[in-house]
Amino acid sequence: MDPAGDERPGARLAGKPPPGSRGAERAAARRRKDRRGFAIAAASTAVVLGALAAIVVTSPGWDDIRNTFFSTSVFADSFPAVLDGFWLDVKLFLAVEVAVLILGLLIAILRTTRGPALFPLRAMGAVYTDVLRGIPTILLVYLVGFGLPATMLFERGSLFVDPIFLGGLALTLSYSAYVAEVYRAGLNAVPRGQREAALAVGLTETQAMRHVIAPQAVRRVGPPLLNDFIALQKDVALVSILGPQEAFRIAQIEQLEAFNYTPLIAAALLYLAVTLPLARLLDYWERGQSGRTI
Amino acid sequence: MPSTSRLLVLLCLISALAIAVAGCGSDDDEDSGSGPTAAADCNPGELETLEQGTLTVATDKPAFPPYFVNDDPANGKGFESAVAFAIADTLGYAKTDVKWVVESFNSSFAPGPKDFDFDVNQISITPQRKQAVDFSAPYYTAGQAVVALKDSEIATATSLDEIADAKIGVQLGTTSLDAVNETIEPSEEPSVFNNSTDVVTALKQGQVDAVVVDVPTAFFLTAVQVPEATTVGQFEAPGGDEWGALLEKDSPLTSCVSQAIEELRSSGKLGQIEQRWIQQATNAPALD
Repeated sequence: MDPAGDERPGARLAGKPPPGSRGAERAAARRRKDRRGFAIAAASTAVVLGALAAIVVTSPGWDDIRNTFFSTSVFADSFPAVLDGFWLDVKLFLAVEVAVLILGLLIAILRTTRGPALFPLRAMGAVYTDVLRGIPTILLVYLVGFGLPATMLFERGSLFVDPIFLGGLALTLSYSAYVAEVYRAGLNAVPRGQREAALAVGLTETQAMRHVIAPQAVRRVGPPLLNDFIALQKDVALVSILGPQEAFRIAQIEQLEAFNYTPLIAAALLYLAVTLPLARLLDYWERGQSGRTI
Repeated sequence: MPSTSRLLVLLCLISALAIAVAGCGSDDDEDSGSGPTAAADCNPGELETLEQGTLTVATDKPAFPPYFVNDDPANGKGFESAVAFAIADTLGYAKTDVKWVVESFNSSFAPGPKDFDFDVNQISITPQRKQAVDFSAPYYTAGQAVVALKDSEIATATSLDEIADAKIGVQLGTTSLDAVNETIEPSEEPSVFNNSTDVVTALKQGQVDAVVVDVPTAFFLTAVQVPEATTVGQFEAPGGDEWGALLEKDSPLTSCVSQAIEELRSSGKLGQIEQRWIQQATNAPALD
């Protein structure tokens, strides 16, 4: 060690520590540590995954598992039909997403109204979100899908006995309750001063909400909303219990025809094909946002 | 450095353990492969059953008429309950030696050991399914029945063509869907429901115009569940729809159960059971 090196004041402040200084040593040590850390991470991942794979592949049931879950011939047979059904999922997802965005915002605005006269609106909004978030989505799909037609208020062939519409309605009810709470958090996060300033320049309450507060809230809630939509994209499969032949239902039909689970894997891959890019996009978006705020 | 090497040692131990466990597993596989399939003599009461001296029979819950009565498979009433007890009797097991367990249709064919000797649950025998499980010889051949509400247009249909434009409902996992797609070729995609209760509800509420079910099911449906519905007619499922008892793949009992069913058929006993429990169902007119 060179004791003279670190006596000099200001050595640490220099852009690059002179070779042989303690700073350079630290930097080199950090790089070594990073490299070692990376190597250990890679090795441990390989060992853990390898061990898991070894356990599965050499287990006594592996032949059965391979034949009943990962049969390439069953996969090839069932995939086109499952893919065909998946378009129904995608269409329904997109339609429900738009409905949820609009209805959720309306309910959030209801819940953030002010003034004693509007209390019934706030109460209704609170009950809506509490009740619909509290019921499992699958039950909601079932109750709406079989319950509304049971009222016999609607004629045969009307929209309200159509299982795809009813399933979409149930998903909208459930997810708008979640999304309303996300919006409400966003609305509450807009500083009070924004509303006060808007009112001070002569905007009405409604105009302040419409032009000042809501746009800022919507921008803040992007990532959490996307998170809810990843969940929605998967829950679209619940509509299958009402009869429509979407990806999961077709996979079940194929599964029971062959007594083979591979079609379910095919369906899972299709859902993943949509949710994985969404999840990556969400990660990227959140990193970008936090970068800006720091 | 010392912490790193400790970590490496730990990882090595884990992987060694994993490989050891895996190794043991594959040994078991080789041992069990040769054992049970060889012996297949059907000495009365001395079969290689799950529990020595007991025949364990499975079906789904709820168990519906006319296959079971009062959701109690053990009472011997209903077509499949009676068939199961008749098979047991032929194999040398008294009524008290038969133990009933619940097995959902969806899990009856899952890989891995089964906790029943055989399963009777209106399961259709198909070549594809035979790759995953064993089936006994068939004990019933089911026709397909079209059921609609009495006040609907379809109720008076006399041919399958008149049904082709209807919204049709079927139950998931049944051969009825195949029968509908191949024989009726409907213009609208059929609705596929989780269970027969949902199929019935959808028919009652107008979500579907007609449902296609096995003939005996149709009888129960129109007689009890939806009296305002009627059986429009019946047709043959493509390739015939034969029901067999489901057994574990390569079960030592398969040939014995099949033998018992053939005996019951030739002695006329199977026909009697069918007469007793699903005779009225076969009165529906034929559609072509």
